[in-house]
Amino acid sequence: MIYVYSFLFCGIVSMIGQIILDNTKLTAGHITSLFVIIGAALDTFSIYDKIIMYVGGGALVPITSFGHSLIHGALAKASEYGIIGILMGMFDLTASGITAAIIFTFVFSLFFRPKN
Amino acid sequence: MEKKEYKKIVDRHKPTETRVQNAIISFLVGGLVGLIGQGLIDFYANWLEISTKDASTFMIVTLVFVASLFTALGFFDKWVTFARCGLIIPITGFAHSMTSAGIEYRKEGPIYGLGMNIFKLAGSVILYGIVAAWIFGTIRYLLLGGI
Repeated sequence: MIYVYSFLFCGIVSMIGQIILDNTKLTAGHITSLFVIIGAALDTFSIYDKIIMYVGGGALVPITSFGHSLIHGALAKASEYGIIGILMGMFDLTASGITAAIIFTFVFSLFFRPKN
Repeated sequence: MEKKEYKKIVDRHKPTETRVQNAIISFLVGGLVGLIGQGLIDFYANWLEISTKDASTFMIVTLVFVASLFTALGFFDKWVTFARCGLIIPITGFAHSMTSAGIEYRKEGPIYGLGMNIFKLAGSVILYGIVAAWIFGTIRYLLLGGI
């Protein structure tokens, strides 16, 4: 059942993005930035945590989970070190994704040329 | 006259239908990526016998790797043009934007090309993500006291 929920949630989030892209002047850059902010906002009162509990991987794949991971890492450190912990823990959970993207990009851009 | 009116009606309906089609394609492709994500989590959790939380990190890295590799090989651009938000909204879009910027600007040199342009497209996601997370995180910390 979690596979069905994953499919539906990730599909619906992508579809909302596409509808905004087609019907307004906003570009893909605007939409991804907007969705990250929405992800962080939803987690202010643990709403996104509940979504992940029911939906599983489908909620971790869209860019909204990036905002959720940022705020979560920050709050985990904040509970330990106080308000300065928000600065310390910001990248904790997203570090793997960002570092992987940087390293793969660096390696691939050494070996591949643009196609066109 | 009838033909003219017919053409008018066609013109009025054409963009809407493309929009509906785009939305359906995004839904299906985005859903498929979500499905693969959940599948990878289950696969890693069972295969490596790790917790779901660790498996989700493995899943993110796998998706980032696949998107970067396919972008470098040159055919991911076509997929993105076809599926639009279906591939841009999932984490694959983040990796795609970085790798395509990296490969595009690589020819301008390692510092002024690659180094300064790698975050050209992904930078806004990180910037606004961090600003938003800082604001909302501070609010939640002050109101609810952390977790």
